[in-house]
Amino acid sequence: MDKHNFVTIADLTREKILYMIEMAQEFEKHPNRELLKGKVVATLFFEPSTRTRLSFETAANRLGARVIGFADPKVTSGTKGETLKDTILMVSNYADVIVMRHYIEGAAQYASEVAPVPIVNAGDGAHQHPSQCMLDLYSIYKTQGTLENLNIYMVGDLKYGRTVHSLLMAMRHFNPTFHFVAPKELAMPKEYKLYCDEHGIKYQEHTAFNEKVIADADILYMTRVQKERFSDLMEYERVKNVYVLNNELLKSAKPNMKILHPLPRVNEIAYEVDDNPHAYYIQQAGNGLFAREAIFCDVLGISLDEVKNDKTIIL
Amino acid sequence: MNKKEMLVAAIKNGTVIDHIPSDKTYQVAQLLGLHNLGTPVTIGYNFLSKKLGKKGLIKVEDKFFTDEEISRLSVVTPNIVLNIIRDFEVVEKKTVVTPSEIKGIVKCNNPKCITNNEPMKTHFHVENGILTCHYCEKEQDINKVELC
Repeated sequence: MDKHNFVTIADLTREKILYMIEMAQEFEKHPNRELLKGKVVATLFFEPSTRTRLSFETAANRLGARVIGFADPKVTSGTKGETLKDTILMVSNYADVIVMRHYIEGAAQYASEVAPVPIVNAGDGAHQHPSQCMLDLYSIYKTQGTLENLNIYMVGDLKYGRTVHSLLMAMRHFNPTFHFVAPKELAMPKEYKLYCDEHGIKYQEHTAFNEKVIADADILYMTRVQKERFSDLMEYERVKNVYVLNNELLKSAKPNMKILHPLPRVNEIAYEVDDNPHAYYIQQAGNGLFAREAIFCDVLGISLDEVKNDKTIIL
Repeated sequence: MNKKEMLVAAIKNGTVIDHIPSDKTYQVAQLLGLHNLGTPVTIGYNFLSKKLGKKGLIKVEDKFFTDEEISRLSVVTPNIVLNIIRDFEVVEKKTVVTPSEIKGIVKCNNPKCITNNEPMKTHFHVENGILTCHYCEKEQDINKVELC
């Protein structure tokens, strides 16, 4: 069997995305199983990311695997000048699958080419974060009952936010209409608008963020506007409170509309929104567990049928 | 062939690359790996040329480059012609065909790319004159590349 990796979301087919969502649904019904009993999962975090690491490690543990790895690169031989290739080959001797987060772009792709075991990309610099995208897709599907024909509003930092770029590409199969709401300095880059044009994806751009602009949204995907992204700090001061969501702005929202956010949130969603029925960002993070259980099974060659007929479920 | 061009000796069998933009001569030599050859090689540059002003010229005896080797030149001199010489006659003219993939020739211009942080070969996909890094997916123009 060919080795499966989970390195990028861009080349997943429509069928594969729906297949992964269906598998995540099975794990949501029964998250605790022994499908990976006897397996060892390595989590190599060359860049710290507590949230992502805990989610992957929980997924592995709930499937009965054991987990090795490091959360802080300072403790590894990388600091002694070891190459990534050597580290990956060494860990391949021990583990059945490697989950890796790295600050270098393309690191996961390279690791997948040298490693004899499957590689799962848990983020490689500003490049890709496909498991986040998978849980975003699952959250959209779960709250809307479909991925088809949705109005998706992306708000905040659309220039550097890799999650919005990945989501944009993954949604191309499902006839979305995008609305890009951002300050000029952080607008959606040309290459992604070109991507939309090439794939017949409809989009509109807005700099204003108000009740009326977002009234048609099915999904409101919020991101953080970070001070360090601005070359002009005056500009930052001008816009920093413009892209903050509060209950006032949600008055005209459609009943089915849900608010997503890749987290961590700082001030872009007022705390009062947490109790609003449209808020979904905390549950969204919880969906990461089911999406990552599905990713583990897929890369280890366990099919949807096997998951559906699983006799190892712990009730 | 007139006397003016005979500044450099004719070869019996091999490859003559004429009309190289003068300042690209050494890059062409490097990309073709001429420093590793055992056969006689003549490299000249700053010859007067009506078309280019100044041109470079390379003659390699008893060596016929493969299409793969020639395709390496696409990042530096895409419009160049290689003359295949047999028994002092030009028997074939080969042009540079830009390949769909380029490995180990061009640097990725993204300092955060894995290829600039690990001892490994670069790898690009080529489409319409744009190189896309196989690893970090950053794009660069084929006319503005830096060699490895």
